[in-house]
Amino acid sequence: MIAFQRVFKRYPNGREALAEVSFDLGAGEMAFLTGHSGAGKSTVLKLIALLERPTRGQVIVNGRNTASVGSRAIPRFRREIGVVFQDHKLLADRPVYENVALPLIIAGVPRREMDKRVRASLDQVGLLGKENSFPLELSAGEQQRVGIARAIVSKPPVVIADEPTGNLDPDLALEVMNLFKRLNSVGVTVMVATHDVHLIDRFGVRRLHIEHGTLLGIPPDAAA
Amino acid sequence: MPRPDARPAARSSRSRRSPLAALSIWVERHVQTLVASLGKLVRQPFGSALTIGVIGLGLSLPACLHLVVVNASAITAGIEDTVQLSVYLDRPLSAEQADKVRRSIDARDDVLSAELVTPEQGLKEFEEMSGFGEALRALGDNPLPYAVTIRPAPLFDSPAAVETLANELRTLPEVDLVQVDTEWVQRLHAILDALAQVVWLAAALLGLGVLAIVGNTIRLDINGRREEIEVIKLVGGSNAFVRRPFLYSGTWYGLGGGLLAWALVTAAVGFLAAPVERVAALYGSGIRLQGLDGNAILLLVAGGALLGWLGSWVTSGYHLQRIEPKA
Repeated sequence: MIAFQRVFKRYPNGREALAEVSFDLGAGEMAFLTGHSGAGKSTVLKLIALLERPTRGQVIVNGRNTASVGSRAIPRFRREIGVVFQDHKLLADRPVYENVALPLIIAGVPRREMDKRVRASLDQVGLLGKENSFPLELSAGEQQRVGIARAIVSKPPVVIADEPTGNLDPDLALEVMNLFKRLNSVGVTVMVATHDVHLIDRFGVRRLHIEHGTLLGIPPDAAA
Repeated sequence: MPRPDARPAARSSRSRRSPLAALSIWVERHVQTLVASLGKLVRQPFGSALTIGVIGLGLSLPACLHLVVVNASAITAGIEDTVQLSVYLDRPLSAEQADKVRRSIDARDDVLSAELVTPEQGLKEFEEMSGFGEALRALGDNPLPYAVTIRPAPLFDSPAAVETLANELRTLPEVDLVQVDTEWVQRLHAILDALAQVVWLAAALLGLGVLAIVGNTIRLDINGRREEIEVIKLVGGSNAFVRRPFLYSGTWYGLGGGLLAWALVTAAVGFLAAPVERVAALYGSGIRLQGLDGNAILLLVAGGALLGWLGSWVTSGYHLQRIEPKA
C-alpha cells in the first residue's frame, strides 16, 4: 500500500532529510514511524501525501508511483489519503460539520450522503452531537478527533498521521492512538509518526524507526 | 498491490454517479459557493462597500460621458433640420429670370424648398433686423440682389451633402454667391465624434482600473485566507475548487459596482433634468435630458460583473498557484 524504494530526499536548502529509505507497508497494515524530531519522519509523510517529491527513488502509494502523478492530478491523489496533522489544521471559522465534510464537498458528494458520512465519521471518533460547535470551543483532544474524522470521512484506503498526540496529555493520547488502531482493524492502512515511544509500546504494531534520515529497521522491543 | 476489501474507496462512488446527478451536484456546489461568497461580502460591509464604491465611481464616469454625447447628439439632430443656404443672384436680373432660377433650384432632388427673396423683402428684413434702415434709405437705390433661400431635403442635410449642393449651385451662371453656414455644425459633429472616442478611451482605462481594484481586493482576500487555502489543498481541493469562491466574490464586486454606477448616473440625470429643461425652454426647445437606455444599462452592469470576474480570475490564477501546503 505504501512502499518506499531507495528514497533519497534533499531539500532545496541542501538539507538531506532521507538517505536511501526503503520499506513496504502492506494493505491493511499499521506502522508507527518513530524517531527524534528532525530525523525525517515528517519528510516520509510529506512524500506520501505528495507535499514533497523524492530527489531519488520511488514512492508508491495505493499502487501508484507518485512520480507518475502530475501536478494537476495531485488533488485527486490526495483524496485517496487521509492526513491527520499535529496542529489538526481545522478551519476555525467553520463549524465541526463543515470541517469534517470538507473532503466530501471537494469530491462532490451529494448532500444526503454527505450528512450520513459526516455523522458516521463523527460517531467513530466519539463526537456525534458536536456538529455545530466551532473548533475553538472544543478541547485539544476533541479538536484532534475532529481532524481524524475529517481524515477518514471519505473512507480513504490509507490514513497517515503526523504526531497526532503531540499536544495531548497521556490519557487523551492513548484515546487517539486507540482510534487509529480501531481504524486499522477495519482494513485501513495506517501510518502514525510519533516520538512517544512509551505510548506505542502497548500496541503490538510494527515500528519503523528513523534516525538521521536512515531507517534502522524494527527495534527489538516492538512486536510484529 | 491489493486494495483493502473491508473499506470501499471513495473513488468507486464517483464512477457510479449518473451524469444528471453529477450535474445537479455541480449546480448545488456552485449555488453554495455563490451564497457563501455573498455572505462573506455582507459580513465585511465596510471593505465590500469601499471596493464596490470605487468600482461604481469608476464605471459611472464613462457612463456620464456617454450621456453627454447622447444628449449633445440629440440636440444637434434637432438643429440639422434648419440648415439653410442663401443663394444671392447677379444684380441686374428681372423678377421672371429670378423666379426661373428659383424654380430650377426647387426642382432638384436634394432641395426641400426654395423661396425667392426680392430685394424689397430683403431690404425690409434687413431694416428690421439691423436697425440701419435710415442709412440704407440714404443710399437711394436698393443695393440688394434677388436671393433664394434653400432648405435641403432631409436625406441631403448632412454637412457633406450640403457642401456638394452649394458647390453645384455656385456653377450656375446667374448665381453670384452661395452662403452655407454649416461650418459650426461640422465642428460640433467633429467634437462629438471625438467625445465619443473619449468615452471608449475612458471606459477602457477605467475598465483597467476596475480590474486592478478587484485584483487587489482579491489578492488581499487570498492572503487573509492563506491558511484555509492550504488546508483545502491538503485534503485534495483542486486549484479550480479553491478559486471558485474568489471568482464569485470578484463578480459580486463588479456587479455591485455596475449597479452603483447605474444608480449614480440615474441620480445625476434626475438632478440635472430640471435645470436643463429650464435652459431648453429659454431657447424655445422641448429637449429633455436623456438617461441611460436599456442597452447602456446592460453594458454597464454586465460589463462591471465581467470586469470583476476577470480581475479575480487573473489575480486568483496568479496567487493560488503560489500557495502550496507545507504540513
